[in-house]
Amino acid sequence: MPAETDSTAEIVVEVRNLHKRFGAFKAVAGVSFFVRRGEIFGFLGPNGAGKSTTIRMLCGLLAPTAGSGRVAGFDIVRDAEKIKTRIGYMSQKFSLYDELTVEENIDFYSGIYRLPKEKKLERKEWVLAMAGLRDHRHALTAELSGGWKQRLALGCAVLHEPPILFLDEPTSGVDPISRRQFWDLIYGLSGKGVTVFVTTHHMEESEYCDRLGVIYRGELIALGSPRELKTRHMQEAVLEIECERPNEAIGLLERLPDVKEAALFGKGLHAVAREADAAPAIRAIRAALAGAGFRASRVESITPTLEDVFVSLIEERDRADAPQTEVHR
Amino acid sequence: MSLRRLWAIARKESLHIRRDPRSLGLALGIPMLMLLSFGYALTLDVDHVPFAVWDQSGTPQSRDLVARFRASRYFDFRGAVENYGTLEHQIDSRDACLGLVIPPEFARRLDAGRAAPVQAVVDGSDSNTASIVLGYTQGITTAFNQDVMLAQVRRVTGTVPSPALDLRPRVWFNPDLESRNFIVPGIMAVIMGLIAALLTSLTIAREWERGTMEQLISTPIRPAELILGKLLPYLVIGMLDMLIAVLMAVFLFHVPLRGSVSLLFAVGGVFMVGTLAQGILISTLARQQLLASQVAMISTFLPAFLLSGFAFAIGNMPVAIQIITYIVPARYFVTMVKGIFLRGVGVATLWPDLLFLLLFALVVAGAAIRFTRKHLV
Repeated sequence: MPAETDSTAEIVVEVRNLHKRFGAFKAVAGVSFFVRRGEIFGFLGPNGAGKSTTIRMLCGLLAPTAGSGRVAGFDIVRDAEKIKTRIGYMSQKFSLYDELTVEENIDFYSGIYRLPKEKKLERKEWVLAMAGLRDHRHALTAELSGGWKQRLALGCAVLHEPPILFLDEPTSGVDPISRRQFWDLIYGLSGKGVTVFVTTHHMEESEYCDRLGVIYRGELIALGSPRELKTRHMQEAVLEIECERPNEAIGLLERLPDVKEAALFGKGLHAVAREADAAPAIRAIRAALAGAGFRASRVESITPTLEDVFVSLIEERDRADAPQTEVHR
Repeated sequence: MSLRRLWAIARKESLHIRRDPRSLGLALGIPMLMLLSFGYALTLDVDHVPFAVWDQSGTPQSRDLVARFRASRYFDFRGAVENYGTLEHQIDSRDACLGLVIPPEFARRLDAGRAAPVQAVVDGSDSNTASIVLGYTQGITTAFNQDVMLAQVRRVTGTVPSPALDLRPRVWFNPDLESRNFIVPGIMAVIMGLIAALLTSLTIAREWERGTMEQLISTPIRPAELILGKLLPYLVIGMLDMLIAVLMAVFLFHVPLRGSVSLLFAVGGVFMVGTLAQGILISTLARQQLLASQVAMISTFLPAFLLSGFAFAIGNMPVAIQIITYIVPARYFVTMVKGIFLRGVGVATLWPDLLFLLLFALVVAGAAIRFTRKHLV
């Protein structure tokens, strides 16, 4: 678990009622939040929720349709070019030059960021060491594995030591070990005071963040630390059930009055109780499973995972949106 | 503007070029190939015109007339025919472009001092060639007439009168009237324009297509640094193309280079910058490689080929078209290249054209910078 950030630290990213519309499509619809210096702020949401659009508006790559925001003290509409001197950005798609070598890509970006000569060499060696590419500096970038490419892209994005770093799904498509290594690098940067704004749709990854914003259909539906999300947004008890034939048992559980919802989870089931007290639901589930002949090895209350919270938040939102969608049709 | 950034872009771009030797080969090979094929194939000279004769007279006089045609370098004798049918067949099959029909009474009429009709059948399917052939034919018959008349006068008076008008033609700049001498410098300009715009039309669009542009515009880079940095390495290639073209013109096609070589390359550089910038502007607006390269090709090659005056004289075009030619940069470049090559003139004569080219380069490069957006969408 990352350390709690200082709640008095300066706010370095702030947006108010941010909107972005592409034709009739509302990609971002009224998002407001702030990020403090040194925080790792995660933007969690399914594909198409508006994560990339938001991050691009913060980096000065897209002009918002409405709303305002400041990054590093600069207005995201009027001072987009000034923002670009203070940030590092890693787009979702790998965007270094495949036909250049590792070293040439680094040299190119240190030229673009106008690093002084002595600094340039020092930063290059730092990036090569950080990305584990010391022995591959003359390799063509196209030949690198996904994890290496991502670490090199991160290195090029932080060559100029920006105080704020924007990462758009940085670990999509890399193996779990590379993902872990990548997060170690992010922690390292965060430890040096760099503010990190990262989008993801990995639950596991979002646990690594200090604070999270959950975005769905262009709207921010929850905001807080992973722990806050799990407690504040999940007031009902979550139960873990290990039993025989869980895919059949799920129907039985969903009909119980003490169970709000049930879902397959790993080899077993997760059920959300009606109340914060787990005891009545546990008794009802045990009785129902025994009565129907499913042998249950475990039925107990657990701390909800972020996935439980995420699924529950999204279902809540879908239930709230459903009547409106009907009207639109 | 930061020279560091401009240099970083230029260096990166030249690495792209180096890593893609096939494109570099094309960039240098295509101009050579085009210059070779145009230089040899695109000739406006009409000579060695094949002709056939139906000599029904068969006299010394008629043979004298035919001999004059055979002796001319403009005509090639393709044999005698015995009737109209064969003559018609020879012209249909393009074995002959000119058919001379000398009637039986040819010599008799000449001796009697009366006009002797001689028929010349010309293949008019290529009107330009036909009118030139007629001109040659008239030239030969005029000389024949003059000789006959002089002979008669001498017979009567015993002296040879001097002609009233004695024309002494001197053709300047291209004394042998070799069309290659003005085609080659002109085609050089056409090729350079085409290649330059094609080279750069891909550069910005490629970055958009591959997604590398998104990373680039998230940095503090300025549009001018990006555009000029991209232009620089292609300017080197373009000037290399020009060097090859000039060497081929001088040593392969033996086109006289009478003016200043350094002025020629300076003018080429200005033209190159404008056309490279045009390619970049197209690339910036299109954001797609295929579209950009097609627009670049059409927007440079067509006007340069048709409206630059490299082969088709602008003065003969309708006024509306003539006005359009003023916005074709190749027009000024062709004028200057021909001027430097053939007429050996300098800045004192060419400055208005140079000024227009400079203006074009500035406006187009400015537009490319202006339209470079550091925004997505």
